[in-house]
Parts: sequence; structure tokens; C-alpha cells
Amino acid sequence: MLRAEGLRHSFGSVRALDGISFTLSAGQTLVLFGPNGAGKTTLLKVLAGLTRPEAGRADVAGGRRAVGWIGHQSLLYGHLTVRENLLFWAALYNVPKAERGRRAADLLARLGLADRAEVPVRFLSRGLMQRATIARALIHEPRVLLLDEPFTGLDLAAAAEFRRLLGELGGAGRIVVLATHNVDEGIELATDVAFQTRGRFVHFAPRGARGAAEIGEAYRRAVASG
Amino acid sequence: MGDVLRHAWVIARKDLVLEFRSRTALVSAAVFTALVLTVFNFGRDPTAVATVDLAPSILWVTFTFAAMLALNRAFQLELENQALDGLLVSPISRTSLFWAKFFANWVFVSVVEAIGLPLFVLFFDVPVGGVLLPLVGVIALATAGFVAVGTLFSAMVIRTRFAELMLPVLLLPFLVPPLIGAVQVTAQLLGGRPLSEVTGWLRLLAAFDIVFLTLATLLFPATVNE
Repeated sequence: MLRAEGLRHSFGSVRALDGISFTLSAGQTLVLFGPNGAGKTTLLKVLAGLTRPEAGRADVAGGRRAVGWIGHQSLLYGHLTVRENLLFWAALYNVPKAERGRRAADLLARLGLADRAEVPVRFLSRGLMQRATIARALIHEPRVLLLDEPFTGLDLAAAAEFRRLLGELGGAGRIVVLATHNVDEGIELATDVAFQTRGRFVHFAPRGARGAAEIGEAYRRAVASG
Repeated sequence: MGDVLRHAWVIARKDLVLEFRSRTALVSAAVFTALVLTVFNFGRDPTAVATVDLAPSILWVTFTFAAMLALNRAFQLELENQALDGLLVSPISRTSLFWAKFFANWVFVSVVEAIGLPLFVLFFDVPVGGVLLPLVGVIALATAGFVAVGTLFSAMVIRTRFAELMLPVLLLPFLVPPLIGAVQVTAQLLGGRPLSEVTGWLRLLAAFDIVFLTLATLLFPATVNE
């Protein structure tokens, strides 16, 4: 369960969150669309516990241990190899020692990084770094995934594999919140769709049978009317 | 408690591995130490002040400024790819993070001191043969205190502009008591006096360590939470 109640937060005179409330249960994937500056990143940071809101509260069942986070930065150490980074984060999340190597190998294989496992992260390209970032976020098998523009830098094959992985995770009872400004990204994963502008949800509803074109049109209308 | 220490060890080990691989700060601090001792060696008039009176101050001034380089770097490591966010999102306690940084800093500064001490003996020709063990003990004791305070302040300033300038400005006033104590004990030891004559200063160093390790442990979570 992930619950947000009356979240408000400002940066100076700019209101990033303006009374956002919603609840998600296991198996739900919320795809959050919004233009630049709509407050999507702030919302995800509040849900992750990185930013304390000025008002309202966010609760994640299972606490910080249950959260997997992908932000705008990789959170990886450049002088450690990809595998060492994964093992480091696995240790901090109390993944059993005997499990860490297997999980790292599995994720590296799935994300096409098996042959880069021993490469220091600072030598990876932008796209490979993003794959490593995804592996880092999944290494502790989080129940709640908070993803901020996770497709950035991925090539088509990696993006497709990541979508497949997210679909599996959603199907396995995880809660996923995916923020993006691109309606074509990840819409097929959504069980629920929200449009955020100027810190508010101007639309929050189950996706139902709506396709990308229909949602895109609704999104453009919502953004245009502010 | 088990988790706190285990997580602290995981992070400290990672910091030491990163430093060993990049060697940026270690080499800088070691070269800085050698240069300062060289400058003091050639800049003093050996006929004006007895070496044994001047040398302890030079030793501790050198160690203090070399330690600043390490302390500045402690949280810089975490800003690479914003890894600090990952640590704050993860389920580790803030206390683990403090003890990890404290331990890694203490090891780092101790290595710099281990490089500086032989150079000090070489340049200043001070008699350390019979007092090497107590001298090393005093260095370890004083270093623990100022690394504790330095770790706390380096976390406080890391997200400020001019962090590298702010740290010495904040830290140096707090270092006066342990520095005075360390200089006094070092002077007595190099002057051939027994340890029993400096128990008061040793108590001061030990009290400083206990008080500031406790305070830093308690205050650190507030400095890293937003």
C-alpha cells in the first residue's frame, strides 16, 4: 500500500505540490504524466522519503526497505564496477549474502550488462549507466518502485526489456509509480493514469481500455487548460 | 545495533576501496604533509627556538590541515551521481552513516599521519625512539576527536556553496582544545618526560573524544535529513 494525503510543497514562490492525495495497492502501476516543472520529481522524492513535504504525509507499507528508487542520477559509484555497486546496495538492503551474487548476475543478464559486470561504472555510456541504475534499484526486490523518467538514455532494445521487466513486477504485486513527460513511454504498463500540472493532479483515473492516442489527447487538453 | 555496525562497515569499506582506487585525496594529503614539513624545516631558525619546543606545534598544524583534505572529501564521494540520495532512501540508520564516515576518515587521516611522522622525525631530528608507542597512542587519541567533529561538520556543509572553505572556518575553533592537549603531550614526550606527567592532558583528549563522538552521533541524523 502506498498512500499520499494532502501533500504540499513549495520552492520559494513555486508550488511543486498542491494538495495531492491518492492511494495505490499491490499490483497497481500509476503512470504520471506532466510537463517539465509540474512537480513530478518532487512528488516522487516525497514518496521516497528524500524530501519532507511542508504539509501532508506519504506512507509506504514496509518503509524505506520496500522502496526502489530511480531518479535523475544513477546513485552509482564511478570507481566501483557494476557488480560491486550492486553488491554494495544489496548489502545495505540486507539481502542475504548467499543471494546477492545470484540476484546481481540475474539482473545483469536481463539488462544486457553481463559482459560489463566488471567494468567500473565511470566507463559506461549514458545508456549502459541507466541499465545499471535500473539493476541497482531492483537488487533488493522492492515492493514499491518509484521511477522518474527511467527510459532516459535507453536504446529501443533496453527500453523494451525494461518495460517487460516492469510489466512482470507489476504483475507480481508490486506498486509502480512511473513519472514521465512522454505519453508514448510506458503507457501500456499503466493500470492508472494521472496528469500533473502546477503541483496538482488534474486527472487521476484507471487507464481502462484507453490507448496511447486517447490518453495523449486527454493529456494535451488537460495541460492546455492548466 | 548489529545492523548499525554492519551497515557502517559496508559503507566504510566502500569509501576505503574508492580512495584506494582513486588515490586522489590520499596522494594530495601526503604531498601536502611533506611540503608543509619541508617548508617549516627550511623556514625556521634552529638557533632561535629549540627544535623540541617548536616541533610539536609544527607536527599538529601539519596533521590538522592534512586532515581537512580528508574530511572535505568524505561526503564529496557521495555527491558523485548523487549517491547520498541512495544512502538516505535506503533502510540504513543515519548513525550507521556517521560511524562509517568517521571510521573511514580516521583510517584515512591515520595513513596520512603514518606517512608524515617519519618525515617529521627525519626533518626535525627529534628523539622518538623511546616514546614512539605513546606518541602513536596520543596521535590516535587526538585524531579520533577531531575526525569526529570534522565528520559532523563535513556533512553539514556538503550541500552548501564553498563547502571546502566553510569546513575549516567551522571546524578550527572546535579543534583548539584537542590541539592544545596533543601539542602539550607531544612536547612532554619528546622532551623525555614520563606519561604520568601529562595525565591531565590525556584525560582532556579522552573526554573530548567521548563528548564529541557522542554529540556527533546524536546530531548527525539532523544534519543529513533535509
